Amino acid sequence: MRKLQFRGKSKLFELVGEKIISITAFAALISVFLIFLFIFKESIPIFTDSEIKQEASVDKMLFKQEYYEGRQPRFSWQPNSDVPKYSILPLFIGSFKAALIAMLFAVPLAVGAAIFSAEFASRRLREFVKPIIELLAGIPSVVLGFFSLIVLATFLQDVFGFTFRLNAINAGIVLGLAVIPIVFTMAEDAMTSVPGSLRDAALALGANRWQVSLTVVLPAALPGIAAGITLGFGRAIGETMIVLMASGNAAIISGSFVDSIRTISATIAAELAEVVFGGAHYSVLFFLGTLLFILTFVLNWIGDYATNALKLKYQGRVK
Amino acid sequence: MTGIQLSPVKESSPRHNIHESFGRKSSGRIPAGLTATAVIIIAMMLFIILGNIVLNGVGVIDWKFLSHPPENGMEGGGIFPAIFGTVALVLLMTIAVVPVGVLTAIYLHEYTSPHSKVTRLIRMAINNLAGVPSIVFGLFGLGFFIGFVGNGIDTLFYADEGPVWGQPAIIWASLTLSVLTLPVVIVATEEALRTIPREIKDASLALGATKLQTIIKVVIPNSLPGILTGAILAISRGAGEVAPIMFTGAAYYLPYLPQKLNDQFMELGYHIYVMATQSPDIEATKPILYGTVLVLLLLTFMLNFSAIIIRSKMRSKNAH
Amino acid sequence: MPTDKEINLAIKTEVPYLNEPSANSSAGQPGPHINEAHKVVVRDLDFFYSGQQALFGISLNIVEKKVFALIGPSGCGKSTFLRTLNRMNDTIPGTSLKGSIKIDNLDIYKGIKDVSSLRTRVGMVFQKSNPFPKSIFENVAYGLRVNGIKDKRLIAEVVEETLKGAFLWEEVKDKLDHSAYALSGGQQQRLCIARALAVQPEILLMDEPASALDPLSTAKIEDLINELKKNHTIVIVTHNMQQAARVSDVTAFFYEGYMIEYGDTRKLFTKPEKKKTEDYITGRFG
Repeated sequence: MRKLQFRGKSKLFELVGEKIISITAFAALISVFLIFLFIFKESIPIFTDSEIKQEASVDKMLFKQEYYEGRQPRFSWQPNSDVPKYSILPLFIGSFKAALIAMLFAVPLAVGAAIFSAEFASRRLREFVKPIIELLAGIPSVVLGFFSLIVLATFLQDVFGFTFRLNAINAGIVLGLAVIPIVFTMAEDAMTSVPGSLRDAALALGANRWQVSLTVVLPAALPGIAAGITLGFGRAIGETMIVLMASGNAAIISGSFVDSIRTISATIAAELAEVVFGGAHYSVLFFLGTLLFILTFVLNWIGDYATNALKLKYQGRVK
Repeated sequence: MTGIQLSPVKESSPRHNIHESFGRKSSGRIPAGLTATAVIIIAMMLFIILGNIVLNGVGVIDWKFLSHPPENGMEGGGIFPAIFGTVALVLLMTIAVVPVGVLTAIYLHEYTSPHSKVTRLIRMAINNLAGVPSIVFGLFGLGFFIGFVGNGIDTLFYADEGPVWGQPAIIWASLTLSVLTLPVVIVATEEALRTIPREIKDASLALGATKLQTIIKVVIPNSLPGILTGAILAISRGAGEVAPIMFTGAAYYLPYLPQKLNDQFMELGYHIYVMATQSPDIEATKPILYGTVLVLLLLTFMLNFSAIIIRSKMRSKNAH
Repeated sequence: MPTDKEINLAIKTEVPYLNEPSANSSAGQPGPHINEAHKVVVRDLDFFYSGQQALFGISLNIVEKKVFALIGPSGCGKSTFLRTLNRMNDTIPGTSLKGSIKIDNLDIYKGIKDVSSLRTRVGMVFQKSNPFPKSIFENVAYGLRVNGIKDKRLIAEVVEETLKGAFLWEEVKDKLDHSAYALSGGQQQRLCIARALAVQPEILLMDEPASALDPLSTAKIEDLINELKKNHTIVIVTHNMQQAARVSDVTAFFYEGYMIEYGDTRKLFTKPEKKKTEDYITGRFG
């Protein structure tokens, strides 16, 4: 057999390839950094620009303002009125109200379905539950918003006689639908990752399946479920299209679930197209975006932390 | 068979029988039923939503609807420009996001230890990116791609003209979406990389292949189904997002199709949003609205479904 | 644990050249002597997995065109040792190594720049057959392609020659474009051997190549090893002592990271010098 001659390998090829891969890998990190940088950058004028501060300072966004002489000072979001009003309190109340309703609606259903899937369902039934959740997760939020706006709002008003057709509860319910897949997936993962030995130990002591689920599996999976709820809440706070279409978009301060609301995300979506580039309103919207970013960043971080803690506890590994 | 005789358990213990003081256990049927109810409620709502859309939308969809532009201020005609715009948008997005996502996954899986600081930092970034609200991506696209990159290009090369790149355009919308869908591609690719047995990579190295050769000739070809899954899921996600493209390139009505990268475009989701919220006569636009929703839904479901099929094939192939 | 001295004394003389003195042996340091027939010379090899030592002071010689078997209970370090010979352990993060391994008098850790060219000279066959999910032809051609050979006719010729050399040609010549996974387990493993042979290595490392195979396939692999040693130096790790006795010329016994003794296979299996070796080959442990 003839002797083969191999050429030496090109070191350059290897080196360049490796560099390209390792530089590209930082894209995600750089993106997060750039997102924060560029949203925050556009909101800086409200801290520095004296002209813009006149109209919308941090003070004006956070505290009660006396907009017209002699009238009660109040919180108000009316950026397009003769006296522009930039109190962000009504928007925060709107966002939290919508998210709260969504969670009240979604968590029992999602956790219940997760318990069913992880603890009670036969293999075949589970094969039925999973696609339902996947289908739900696959519905674009604009479609959910559409359904809420066109179908559900009318239905709810007809049945309960709400004053406002578009209101917090109408938006919250559909927002809940968008959150269910997140909470379900995390909760189910957490429950199935509880070691079988723990389960067996309880069964061996004479507990029945339901008792095991309630007293052993559920407590052990609690951090994971909590993480799912945290991430779901983050999603609910940040979700835009559903609330933009279904909530009525009225920036009122009210504790009632049947009043209209205006959320932070919907405010940005509705108003950014009409603002003067670089003006006070523009900067305030970016500032709202920055707050939204930080809020979801923190919620995500907490959720991740809880998930990793759970993994560490039962599998001795970190993600 | 010589059975071992177990001594029968004494019926009455002389001591106080603690078992008698245990409460009767609930059979577990009621709680199981309760959790099953949660599933049923979710399934019913899903069924109602999908049923409503299908029933109202299916009659609207015909060849003319799919192939013609809107007429009569959105009260007639079809949605072809929105379909075209959506497809163009997600194609551009895929071209941008897939290489970056795949290389990131390869870096994380093949080049670094999972416990290194860099890996953890990148992973944290990916998780956070996945949780950033889509409207924030819209702001980012406006501030970074249009305000910074686009305007930058204009100042450098088109100083005498009006805005050329520093304005909403399909390229900026698709790049914004590619940042949004990056985690989807990374996660799917990583899942595929995990299924490639170490033995095959070792075999390649043992034959004198370098690490990069092994990645190009063994790792990437074998993770193609996973990469494809990631791309499809990213497309499905991207096709359904509206908030990130509202300010970065989508337009309500355009008399022409996008020809260049800096053209604006029509898009299905945005079309739905505007028709549903800003139509002067909602009853007149409703049929077209339902038709558009059904088209978008079918598009995303078909994409998701094919991703699920590819993934389950990939899993069963690696299971034996 | 045996001391270095004990290990170094454990050299037999039945294999020609194994122990003949040579001018190359470092003066004042007792150790196996170096001879031009010594294809691989290992001296004082320590190996660590992220700080944990897995090999302790291994010194031995491997004679050219002989079969060298490594035996010992699992976890004794024999596979680790095998993988130091083509630097496959480099791919595991956190490993480190002390001592020297010379192939043809060249230190493979300090004396070469290109690990991949070393691996074309030192081929490897793994425990579990691991063909690529490609055609039979492409499996054998892979090593040629990654090493820069593009000539299609040359590749086809070498693939054919190699498959003939691995006694696989007759079985696969009509289905070269079929997936390698369509072959039986034994055929797959012989394909992997052929794949390793295609780049014409001088040394072939085999890590329990037959452990997952049925007796008939095992016999075929063993026949192949006997044939291959005409042109190749073979180092084989095996669990199976009968197999070591059947195929090898020299056997080394590893235990807990130490090489207890090595020498002529027949001698080692009939009259081992160390108690530990005797205990192992008579089945008292392991």
